[in-house]
Amino acid sequence: MSKFKKKKDGGTPPISTASLPDIVFMLLFFFMVATVMRENSLKIQNALPVANQVEKLDKKNPVSYIYMGKPSSGYEKFGTEARLQLNDQFANLNEVGAFISAERAALREELIPFLTVALKVDRDANMGIVGDVKQELRKVNALKINYTTGVGDVMTNIK
Amino acid sequence: MAKRSVPEVNAGSMADIAFLLLIFFLVTTTIEKDSGINRKLPPIEELEEDVVIKQKNIFTVLLNGKDQLLVEDELMELKDLRAAAVEFLDNNGDKSCTYCKGLKDPTSSDNPDKAIISLKNERETSYAAYISVQNELVAAYNALRNRRGYELGSKEGFKDMNFVEMQKNYKDARFVGNKVKLKAVIDQIKLEFPQKLSEVQ
Repeated sequence: MSKFKKKKDGGTPPISTASLPDIVFMLLFFFMVATVMRENSLKIQNALPVANQVEKLDKKNPVSYIYMGKPSSGYEKFGTEARLQLNDQFANLNEVGAFISAERAALREELIPFLTVALKVDRDANMGIVGDVKQELRKVNALKINYTTGVGDVMTNIK
Repeated sequence: MAKRSVPEVNAGSMADIAFLLLIFFLVTTTIEKDSGINRKLPPIEELEEDVVIKQKNIFTVLLNGKDQLLVEDELMELKDLRAAAVEFLDNNGDKSCTYCKGLKDPTSSDNPDKAIISLKNERETSYAAYISVQNELVAAYNALRNRRGYELGSKEGFKDMNFVEMQKNYKDARFVGNKVKLKAVIDQIKLEFPQKLSEVQ
């Protein structure tokens, strides 16, 4: 008797997936816009100190990055002292000159005098290594440097 | 009996919402730019002739291995450094600087052109402390340049603009105003308060 036939509960109707591509595209675009391209993968700790008298590092001129800091976890075999990282690997002081020459070789000739070297140094590193690198840079005549920092109150640098 | 089912939600407008969000984020997010303190290293010159600089024209700042700040051989807190540096640069000991407002103390610097800040550090100094000191010294120069910027700016038609804002406006493509004149003012201020900051190893 159809009257008493149990109502067939076919479950809930399927959820429309028509909007899924939109959501995916939205996410895609968001990350496309918000991500910062990182040139190098870091093998060192690199928490920058903060300063408030900063100038923007304009990308109109070429910039080379030199990283310094303690090897991060996973790279403890390289010691606990601050180390130097050029491109993707740990480097020694005497490789700085070669690195700058390589960076210069990749540039158009008229831009070479404008090459800025951005020093991204961990706040806990000591000045010994920074001084050594500065000396190396002077030797290859790369004199424009930039101490890259975050923006904030300097008093928070000192614990 | 009619089967009752939940009516399907109309998904037609979903794309519009997605675009709305997309445009919102497009407009509001800024890609982070690196910023920092620009410095110029001194070139290596062999057989350099020693230039005699009077002791009173040098403002020695030493950061020792324990991150203690010694200014002119006396211990100082970081927060006092800026004021001390401003006082030194603005001193005008030989009274040749017409735009200085310093104490004219004959035992301190002669004029801003001769005044040199010498920053020394030791190998054990932490980088964070070093940057803090650099920042304070740059702030001292900027304070003086800003003051001068207000004075010159009001004369040259850049009212209520300090030196830092002038530099920012000069780089800003949307700035409406006479950029050539602005550049001249910036250069003049830079000349009047030259940043003579030597970093000694």
